[in-house]
Amino acid sequence: MIESRLHGGAAHGSDEVEAADKLSVTDLDFYYGDFQALAGVTVGVKERATTAFIGPSGCGKSTFLRCFNRMNDLIPGTRLTGRITLDGEDIYAPGVDPVDLRRRVGMIFQQPNPFPMSIYDNVAYGPRLHGVKKKARLDDIVQQSLERANVWREVKDILGRGGLTLSGGQQQRLCIARVLAVRPDVLLMDEPCSAIDPTSVQKIEDLMAELESEITIVIVTHNMQQAARVSQFTAFFLQEETNEPAELVEYGRTAELFTSPEDKRTEDYITGRFG
Amino acid sequence: MNKRVTNWIALGALWAAALTTVGVLGTLLLYVIINGIGALSLRFVFSAPEGVRMEGGIWPTIVATVYVTGLAMLIVTPIAVFAAVYLAEYARQGRLVGTIRFAADTLASVPSIVMGLFGLALFVEALGLGFSMISGALALSFLMLPIVMRTTEEAIRSVPKYIRWGSYGLGATKWQTVRKVVLPAASPRIITGIILATGRAVGETAVVIFTMGTMINTPMLPLDPGRSMTVHLYILAMEGINLPAAYGTALLLVAMILGFNLLARFIVRRNRRMMG
Repeated sequence: MIESRLHGGAAHGSDEVEAADKLSVTDLDFYYGDFQALAGVTVGVKERATTAFIGPSGCGKSTFLRCFNRMNDLIPGTRLTGRITLDGEDIYAPGVDPVDLRRRVGMIFQQPNPFPMSIYDNVAYGPRLHGVKKKARLDDIVQQSLERANVWREVKDILGRGGLTLSGGQQQRLCIARVLAVRPDVLLMDEPCSAIDPTSVQKIEDLMAELESEITIVIVTHNMQQAARVSQFTAFFLQEETNEPAELVEYGRTAELFTSPEDKRTEDYITGRFG
Repeated sequence: MNKRVTNWIALGALWAAALTTVGVLGTLLLYVIINGIGALSLRFVFSAPEGVRMEGGIWPTIVATVYVTGLAMLIVTPIAVFAAVYLAEYARQGRLVGTIRFAADTLASVPSIVMGLFGLALFVEALGLGFSMISGALALSFLMLPIVMRTTEEAIRSVPKYIRWGSYGLGATKWQTVRKVVLPAASPRIITGIILATGRAVGETAVVIFTMGTMINTPMLPLDPGRSMTVHLYILAMEGINLPAAYGTALLLVAMILGFNLLARFIVRRNRRMMG
């Protein structure tokens, strides 16, 4: 089954003109205090495509993902060296405000995290922060975002109800709508499907397929089938020894990486020999 | 067999201890109700004391009590909440924060009569506010401050990290996150803390006797003096003026505090339902 999907993916990929790099990472080292979590990562993330980061748990792929919206800044004792650019501009340059950056680079977390307020207010939260006040305009944004997040039909009659009353999968799609409402260029997804039901997983993968033509998506997943289904590009991370930093082992088109990996370690991982 | 007996004895002891707790409360409530119910009437609640034996009602003392605790609540809430936000969200966790927390805990354990004496010296005399609602409220707010601050701090800390991340992830600043997500999420517990502290203030005697005086007066302005229900109760009972009225006052006081506690529960439950 994976095989057939992969061939589909390959055909899909080869139809496209090679897009530019939306995000570009050069020689990234990342530290938690004295512990180095990532070493020498150099990789590009293609615009308007989905890139998957795969690897065993604890290999630093989520840490790496959080570098793109500077979420790691919130964790005391972290630092990084190297360079990450978004549309060619260094996002760690002195003048860059992480608050502005995070509006352009949205993030979905492993644990659905709706705010303790109504469904409507959850989605309107971002636009309100950035100055949208008119009710009619907010109504539009809320509806559109919920539609794009594939959850509108389920919640359109209960917009005033608390976001936390929804099921886990609906909560996750609500969180996706909340991020889409601020119209980010990039959507980071940190294992978005690991804590929710299969029906919602399907709906999330569907919406990712729809969004991919307009937005750059980076997804961290330890589910290789999911990576194969949703992404055009895949990066494989591995931490070979405990207490050693993780590295980017291989990066390439998903179809190629899964069918003919260049590195022995990638092959061992995707064939299920470890991890 | 022996094990079984020990088990029964242990269970019995635990049960007896639990029963004692409920029993003490029950006995006390029953005692106050039996002695106080006879004095209660609409006239008792809504009219002023008359004559040397303080016949009539206790209305001015109810107004004074509600006035001073309401004022204290208004004073203490912003200060306590801001202090808690600073401690929980902004301050670099270290020796200074530890010291502030220790100071708050110590402040909470200062005997209220000492707080009253301090209020007398500072507000009544040094600041020249006299025996007044505002002096009483300021002194009471010292008493409430550590309670509200610590419960608020705990409430803020208990808001899950990933909810904050959701807000930061949308491009919210720290202050926006605190104001729009963290405080609302923590609000049921904050409100509970405020109400419980207010309940404590309603029942406070030593502080208000030093700062509001004992004059029976229906206060209108913050600088008006007045006698709280607790002080009224104390004077009626200790000077043997009117014991039935003292019990009536006690019953109303207990009912008010019970009301506060029930209100706190109600708010928490309603919020929990709204939040899911």
